[in-house]
Amino acid sequence: MTGALQRFLPLVVTTAVLVVGFLICAAQFPNFASWRVVANLLTDNAFLGITAVGMTFVILSGGIDLSVGAVIGFTTVLLAVLIEQGGWHPVPAFAVALIAAGGFGAAMGGVIHVFQMPPFIVTLAGMFIARGLGFVLTTDSVPINHPLYGELNDMALRFDFGLKLTLPALLMLGVVVAAVVLAHWTRFGANLYALGGNRQSAELMGVPVARTTVAVYGLSGLLAGLAGIVFSLYTGAGYSLAATGVELDTITAVVIGGTQLTGGYGYVVGTFVGVLIQGLIQTYITFDGSLSSWWTKIAIGVLLFVFILLQKGLLVVWAGRGGEPAEA
Amino acid sequence: MTLSAPGPARNLPQYGALIAVLLANWLLFPDFFAIRLQDGRLFGSLIDVLNRGAPVALLAVGMTMVIATRGVDLSVGAVMAISGAIAATMTGAGWSLPAVLAASLAAGLLCGLWNGVLVAVLRIQPIIATLILMVAGRGIAQLVTEGQIVTFTSPALAFIGSGSFLTVPMPVVLTIVLLAVTALLVRATALGLMIEAVGINRLSSAGAGVNTPVVLVAVYVWCGLCAAVAGLIVTADIRGADANNAGLWLELDAILAVVVGGTSLLGGRFGLVLSVVGALIIQSMNTGILLSGFKPEFNLIVKAGVLLVVLLLQSPTLTLFLPRPRGARPIGTVKPPVAPTSGGAKP
Amino acid sequence: MTASTAPPSAPLLAIRGLSKAFLGVQALDGVDFTLRHGEIHALLGENGAGKSTLIKTLTGVYQRDGGTVALEGREIAPRGVEEAQRLHIGTVYQEVNLLPNLSVAENLFLGRQPMRWGLVDRGAMRRRARAVLQPYGLSVDVTAPLGRFSVATQQIIAIARAVDMSAKVLILDEPTASLDAQEVAVLFKVMRTLRSRGIGIVFVTHFLDQVYEVCDSITVLRNGRLVGERRTADLPRLDLVAMMLGRELEAAAHRIDLGPAELDSRPPLASFKGFGKARSVEPFDLDIRPGEVVALAGLLGSGRTETVRLVFGMDRADKGEATVDGRPARLRGPRDAVRLGFGFCPEDRKKEGIVGELSVRENIILALQARQGWLKPIPRRRQEEIADRFIRLLDIRTPDAERPIQLLSGGNQQKALLARWLATEPRLLILDEPTRGIDVGAHAEIIRLIERLCADGMALLVVSSELEEIVAYSRRVVVLRDRRHVAELRGGEVSVERIVAAIASETPNPIASETPNIEVRQ
Repeated sequence: MTGALQRFLPLVVTTAVLVVGFLICAAQFPNFASWRVVANLLTDNAFLGITAVGMTFVILSGGIDLSVGAVIGFTTVLLAVLIEQGGWHPVPAFAVALIAAGGFGAAMGGVIHVFQMPPFIVTLAGMFIARGLGFVLTTDSVPINHPLYGELNDMALRFDFGLKLTLPALLMLGVVVAAVVLAHWTRFGANLYALGGNRQSAELMGVPVARTTVAVYGLSGLLAGLAGIVFSLYTGAGYSLAATGVELDTITAVVIGGTQLTGGYGYVVGTFVGVLIQGLIQTYITFDGSLSSWWTKIAIGVLLFVFILLQKGLLVVWAGRGGEPAEA
Repeated sequence: MTLSAPGPARNLPQYGALIAVLLANWLLFPDFFAIRLQDGRLFGSLIDVLNRGAPVALLAVGMTMVIATRGVDLSVGAVMAISGAIAATMTGAGWSLPAVLAASLAAGLLCGLWNGVLVAVLRIQPIIATLILMVAGRGIAQLVTEGQIVTFTSPALAFIGSGSFLTVPMPVVLTIVLLAVTALLVRATALGLMIEAVGINRLSSAGAGVNTPVVLVAVYVWCGLCAAVAGLIVTADIRGADANNAGLWLELDAILAVVVGGTSLLGGRFGLVLSVVGALIIQSMNTGILLSGFKPEFNLIVKAGVLLVVLLLQSPTLTLFLPRPRGARPIGTVKPPVAPTSGGAKP
Repeated sequence: MTASTAPPSAPLLAIRGLSKAFLGVQALDGVDFTLRHGEIHALLGENGAGKSTLIKTLTGVYQRDGGTVALEGREIAPRGVEEAQRLHIGTVYQEVNLLPNLSVAENLFLGRQPMRWGLVDRGAMRRRARAVLQPYGLSVDVTAPLGRFSVATQQIIAIARAVDMSAKVLILDEPTASLDAQEVAVLFKVMRTLRSRGIGIVFVTHFLDQVYEVCDSITVLRNGRLVGERRTADLPRLDLVAMMLGRELEAAAHRIDLGPAELDSRPPLASFKGFGKARSVEPFDLDIRPGEVVALAGLLGSGRTETVRLVFGMDRADKGEATVDGRPARLRGPRDAVRLGFGFCPEDRKKEGIVGELSVRENIILALQARQGWLKPIPRRRQEEIADRFIRLLDIRTPDAERPIQLLSGGNQQKALLARWLATEPRLLILDEPTRGIDVGAHAEIIRLIERLCADGMALLVVSSELEEIVAYSRRVVVLRDRRHVAELRGGEVSVERIVAAIASETPNPIASETPNIEVRQ
């Protein structure tokens, strides 16, 4: 099955980069190969992973969502204001935040579809709006002291062999699993890939283009809202400047994960691995101590470049073998 | 059709908007147009608008041509950080001003060349191609400053940010000079025509013998240069380089300025002066919001509002109500087709 | 092969008096078309005949203005592709309208995946996909992305999807345009199998050999009107070509003075030896001398456009060599061609010719400016002179030179494109369908212009479907069929009859007659 290998090549390469990277780290730092490091990697990058799943869907459908970081920031502020200033219980606050974030995304999807505007610029406007709304609520960093936050933060799944999965980590893993199911075992998933492959063909084959476009941006907004909840748990505060630049980190994770930015090709699992690679680079630099933080950005930039070239090369190779004969 | 109409009529909305915003500022703040001369330099709210608007205006000049070729350059903020970091660090190490300037500008050109090669030769989508430098560029800038906020005391370099020439602040002077040089470069040569031709129809242009890769590389290189000058101004102004925050998110402001200036994101006709006007509209709104006592945070919402209005004006759904057969809408082309008989576009 | 099901009394599909107009242009005017059960029916006609309008009306892309469409005696009016599909009308286009990034199985079942417990049952989908493809003799990896397979395989998969969605009428819109002979043979085997199952197939093609190989009946349209329906066996090729082109074959055309006979002994300006490109046009030899018009004649899709695109470097030849002025020439792109003094007005003016939002003046000077380089701008005054000169010379109807070219009519756009190249004073001007889609007046002017340029010593290479036109101005005519240069007529030999005869001539297809190595199972 060389065909299958070729199809999963980007995924294989990404995973190999993660494994080799982890082995290098483990060889260099004696304490690295521990369940604690793995657990931290998952917890620290949970909000990024959840957001990146939504971004993967948007990019698979041929779009892009620049508003996710701003939506995370807005969500944390909304939660802080509702809980601390409004005296709400966190659970209804969570519900309101998720509805607001999902509705915001869906509205952007609607604008993109109805007015035939480039997603890049519509979600850029969405980014301004979400950040602005966050600022309007409050510009301060508001700590959230509700007892439920403490309880949620203490919640963890402990395994006998030493792995401790916190609530954020569990949420992320749950989202990834659900996303894989959504992408490959539902009609919505197939429609997403179809839309990203060729919009016109998809329409001719009966894909509900409008509904799918609105749904995918709504889903991205919803997941950004969930990431906002996780972020507020993680930081214990709401701040309108929170998670700036997360849209870039997630796009980078999606590309490193082997998804094509032009849409139609890619895997949610790849994105998850891409998030972990970014986290691993950061962890490496933290462990090293002498290396400076900017190497993270440079390393990620280099990875981004290499993976884009790899995709480009694969596309050229695939296009070049158009004459494959029908197998008898 | 207002935004795609040829001739001077299409400039009216931009100038009108600028005048309206300035008048609104004046109504809210009667001293808005007051200008005084102090220590051989002009001061006043209007001067402030020009001065603070300079970096975005500079970025918008370069960005305009990139967008005219149907591209976009997300890396200009990072390039600003790189050029600023180089300038501050070299000045701190005792290099002479010409060497510092040459190195900073060369860095900008090199960044532009990188982007241009990715777009024109490797044929990577502009958004993605420039995303690489947007991510890695800040790391490079921090590498240069070694993560510190590098400050310097050289009055020669500081002059670029806070000095004045014939009473006009240097950032404003530099913006005008670069705008003039750019306008000369594209309008006194055939480059402008080729940029527009490539942006409107790359296939037709190549068929007519236009060297499309060279045109594309040229605009990204020039965009890098403009970003480097903007980075120099910001560094010189604060007498230091902050690799983390210099030029942060300014690429978005620059794109906004170009769009407000009426250059379509789908490429084609461009107006350099109009993009600068767009940058000034944005800056005067910012200043107005500050002056009228609103929180500066409202800026973002206002920006988003402006962006949406401009986009809606350009949207094919709103400008074209001609019925089209189902499934006949071409993908990716949202330019309204023009009926051969429509004569309303002439001024 | 005979139909295995007894044909019911009502025809499968009966179209009567179908009409459709666009903005006052009558694309279909009272057309009748009848498709029977178990029949392969060729729908033929040159550009603008109304074939694609007919198909789009059938598949619900367009709504008809008048007439009736009955499927097995029942009146239908589909309002969309999906509805047509539900009414058992399936369509497969030349550009396969499936999704290359999805797997074969997903393409077959998009929107109707087998479900279990609310989720897509991927195992069942794979099994059913294999089962659906089995009768076509395709045992491909159904989990592989569709884009990894050849166009021929994709086409068969598209047919399988349409048939599996219970198509009774299968419309194949130029399915063979990008297939090689062996792939065509496989496709025909599939078509014959479907025919024997009682499915009616509408087959649109430009290859006459294929029509005679596989079709039972032929319907010919011209200019939106029905020319006639015939049984294939009763219609000689020459009559078919006459029906399609609508010529009175005995019509003697006026011919221009062809210049002195010693023209043939002049050294060629450009010479191509064994020039060709796989899947585009078979290698050909072609000489073009200064002061002569060489025309490329043939039906649509015969390789005319492909030939001139290779000559101008728009597509890169993978075989053969070009010499210009006796020296080997490199043609790796239009820029090389422009440097050699070539000019090219493409067939698709909008996509590859004009730069829509630029003014007439800018469009006219673009090629000249590109050749001079951006550092040597043509002064505005000079640009205006050039533009005004050509606007007058070619009588381009525009209020002024500053009008965006996209606001001009097709004929005037074409003249502006001609002006773009004339401004560069080319030595070889290549025109692909220069008179297509333009009004009668402009038509005559362009022909006069061609004659004048030739008299001035320019070499012209012209592609045209208008045979009288070709006969009127060409010294030599190269006739193409099935992507091959099949004949060259020169001087006195050039006549409409000879061209039509060459187009219709029958040469055995060496590959198609071989037994294909695919087993078609029932």
